[in-house]
Amino acid sequence: MTKPGEFYQRDRTWHPPAFAKDYKTSVARSPQYSLISLQNSVSEITGPVFGHNDIDALDNDMIHNYAQPGEAAIGERIIVHGRVLDENGKPVPNTLVEAWQANAGGRYRHKKDTYLAPIDPNFGGCGRTLTDENGYYFFRTVKPGAYPWRNWVNDWRPAHIHMSIFGTAFAQRLITQCYFEGDPLIDKCPIVKTIPDKAAQGQLVAALDMNASVPLDSIAYKFDIILRGRRSTLFENRLEGN
Amino acid sequence: MVQPLNYLKETPSQTAGPYVHIGLAPGAAGFDIYDQELGWDIAGPNAKGERIRVEGIVIDGTGSPIKDVMLEAWQANSEGNYAHPEGGGNVEDGFRGWGRVITDFETGEWGFDTVKPGRTQGRNIGLQAPHINLWIVARGINIGLNTRLYFDDEAQANAEDPVLNIIEWERRRATLLAKRSERDGQVVYRFEIRLQGQDETVFFDI
Ligand SMILES: [Fe+3]
Repeated sequence: MTKPGEFYQRDRTWHPPAFAKDYKTSVARSPQYSLISLQNSVSEITGPVFGHNDIDALDNDMIHNYAQPGEAAIGERIIVHGRVLDENGKPVPNTLVEAWQANAGGRYRHKKDTYLAPIDPNFGGCGRTLTDENGYYFFRTVKPGAYPWRNWVNDWRPAHIHMSIFGTAFAQRLITQCYFEGDPLIDKCPIVKTIPDKAAQGQLVAALDMNASVPLDSIAYKFDIILRGRRSTLFENRLEGN
Repeated sequence: MVQPLNYLKETPSQTAGPYVHIGLAPGAAGFDIYDQELGWDIAGPNAKGERIRVEGIVIDGTGSPIKDVMLEAWQANSEGNYAHPEGGGNVEDGFRGWGRVITDFETGEWGFDTVKPGRTQGRNIGLQAPHINLWIVARGINIGLNTRLYFDDEAQANAEDPVLNIIEWERRRATLLAKRSERDGQVVYRFEIRLQGQDETVFFDI
């Protein structure tokens, strides 16, 4: 039986470290021993598979998916679109992308969010979609507002959409955040700055994409997501202990 | 000058934040939006094997429970096959092997019902002991943590497990063992995850 290739090692210097002292909550929630590195077994190269039975076609329209009939969420109407690719540049088709965000005023529809900005009765704040055969996805939503949070006394999150992506394997599982080009709060944010490399931070900033906007309707931002790539060679060397 | 390799870089991780439930389990956030939420039924009604409940808690470096954590579980069926084209073989209709686990916001306790997984193929030779792969995200966790839950009543299989055996510190292997008990006729495994301290759970770079 030929065995499929494993995933490229994660570049942990490109990701945020577990411990980031200026993001205070990470201090007591960061493991201190080194991670134990595993070569992939069947447990890591597999992962849940989703299909069109799992979601509804309109789940990616956050302007309408929680709105009363004939109504819509309030805010600057945007499209966030892009492709899910792997590190080899290959599209990742049929993968589940889930998104959640605050409303245009910076308030989350969550029983634990007590920020004084109002709830929008027509905005839930979550969406989900499957990439198409070319790895392409899009969401229609309103631009989230910035909001304050308890870290240092006066920290504000830049506008952001949280994104969750599966890929084809548990080894590719990823949660990240999408920021928006031109936002002055990005460079001040302790959560953005958990990522040490400036270029890596930049990979989370969606570009204003006028060509994909819908005139007189919605402005667009492009946000490509890259998941771990996979070796094309086979498992062939039997290392000790494996 | 050399030729460029042209690999792309993996998108950097960011914390799931305190409101992860809105996106991934909106019912827990307090509202109803989707016809079906994902990940609440791991094994499905047709799954063969021993029905078990898994319960636990995630504890931070101050010894306090983490009340806003979300876990995802990924496991094989009772015959050791994953519900995936490369998963080793067929699984029962409706067996997904994947679940989402939300904590009680007051206590930090979590739990899920499933079947005990079988032994799965090791990377090259031999079998892995039964285990459930776990992925843990929360506010303050900058990149999801991977660990594995093994079963304390599988001494023989655990002793042969290639992953447990690469953990150099034998006493740390015990952090991956869920403890079996019975309650009202149901099999319950308890698994406490510690993010820091002498008994810090083993986390993997997979
Ligand atoms: Fe947020």
